[in-house]
Amino acid sequence: MDFVAQLTLFVLAIFLGVELITKVPPTLHTPLMSGSNAISGITVVGALIAAGSDSGMLINVLGFAAVVLATINVIGGFMVTNRMLAMFKRK
Amino acid sequence: MHVSQNWIDIAYLIAACLFVLGIKGLTKPKTAVRGNLLAAAGMGVAALVTLLNEHIVTYEVIIAGVVVGGLIGAIMAKKVQMTSMPQMIALLNGFGGGASFAVASAEFFRGSANDTVSIIATGAAVLIGAVTLTGSLVAFAKLQELIDGQPMGFPGMKLVNAILFIGSLVGIGYLVANPGNEIVFWSLVAAAMVLGLFLVLPIGGADMPVVIALLNSYSGVAASAAGFVMGNSALIITGSLVGASGLILTSIMCKAMNRSLTNVLFGVMAEAGEAMDADEVYAGKVKSTSADEVAMMLETARRVVIVPGFGLAMAQAQHAVREMADTLEAAGIEVEYAIHPVAGRMPGHMNVLLAEAEVPYDKLKDMDQINPTFEQTDVAIVLGANDVTNPMAREDKGSPIYGMPILNVDKAKTVVVVKRSLSAGFAGLPNPLFAKDNTLMLFGDGKGAVLDITTALKEG
Repeated sequence: MDFVAQLTLFVLAIFLGVELITKVPPTLHTPLMSGSNAISGITVVGALIAAGSDSGMLINVLGFAAVVLATINVIGGFMVTNRMLAMFKRK
Repeated sequence: MHVSQNWIDIAYLIAACLFVLGIKGLTKPKTAVRGNLLAAAGMGVAALVTLLNEHIVTYEVIIAGVVVGGLIGAIMAKKVQMTSMPQMIALLNGFGGGASFAVASAEFFRGSANDTVSIIATGAAVLIGAVTLTGSLVAFAKLQELIDGQPMGFPGMKLVNAILFIGSLVGIGYLVANPGNEIVFWSLVAAAMVLGLFLVLPIGGADMPVVIALLNSYSGVAASAAGFVMGNSALIITGSLVGASGLILTSIMCKAMNRSLTNVLFGVMAEAGEAMDADEVYAGKVKSTSADEVAMMLETARRVVIVPGFGLAMAQAQHAVREMADTLEAAGIEVEYAIHPVAGRMPGHMNVLLAEAEVPYDKLKDMDQINPTFEQTDVAIVLGANDVTNPMAREDKGSPIYGMPILNVDKAKTVVVVKRSLSAGFAGLPNPLFAKDNTLMLFGDGKGAVLDITTALKEG
């Protein structure tokens, strides 16, 4: 993908993000943070490729570290968000 | 099995859409659980199709990493106390930044970054990722009270930080000219890690909500930069969504604290207590009351507003407060909660703490909703909150907190402040609210006082 196409995605996604996030009520700001944290664990995509590329010890170590950290983010983030939101659901 | 890259990219697009729908779900408490599940499903799609990527030839390291990370994440999510949520988010921010940093480093050593754009993106991901990692670890240590929450630093720290930052940029520039220079790369890593430490150490514990929100934003930007390195649209889109989210929360927190972002990051709090002497403010004007008296007052009230602060959560008094509110509501009295944006230790923290105690979320009102209603409120009960109720923020132009948005509790017919003593809050200022004609002080431990009031209500 060329740079301008990437930049276009980046800028448009920021505008979308601002529009979306300003609609989240203050009551849900903590779950929003943990949830967006989980979503930023999307780095797991890059981590998987690095860890599975089998291109030397150093890269295996970096890939392993990246997969561990990103998976903590994804699993921990979504689970804790779910736990908090469940408390808001019951009435 | 290898699938054409086009199909993989389309799966990433679906994942990105699921993330957007997931965040949209978070705009209402009713749809929030489903939103979170949609986002998690998006993550599942993205991770699964990545395994089909042609560059993945071995699965041992992947499986080991997923098992270790999954276990740690699940245990953290199950065990964490709601009062410790800011620490948990700080750690997760750091791990997110660390993951992007590790991915970009791996790409560097694989030699896949060889054109100008991807080298700059690699440098940016390493710089932002490493700053987020070490900065978040400091924030975690401060919140967990592993280190002193007071600002820490040394003379000339800002200059050192400026040198580290400019040095990092020069390093990235050098890598563009000489791709693959490992000494420069490791120097960049070291400079970024030290910079992360030095940026957060001088920030005091009370400002941590802003720092966490900002680091949240950084972790997103780092993921986005990693996306530029790999030419991966899912990372770019998702990273910038998270980056925008963190920035908005940062600005909300700054507004609520009446400070600019530069002031939080580089400045010190305005010098406190210069003009006002606590004895002068309180002398002879403070009236104290008893739990029985408060209960009698509440019985004749029609509308009661509870103003919780973090002191209440520290005393684990949320359940006691909810029981008091239930007793009042059973007697036909309207009860609502006034939540200041900085009532907890991170955005929305107090709401989570009250939701945990099964307080219905529609009773939790934010500042703009509740402020116009104080004039029709018979009793406002302030529990463990201080600075956010200080009328000087509204009235005294010379005050260091002038202009800070506050909860106008002093407009209620009667204000009951539950507090151990007349000591000052984070801002270090006396609070003239305590000396107002319509204010009664109920001195004592927050939880004990609430339990006493509830008992008196039930007996009366």
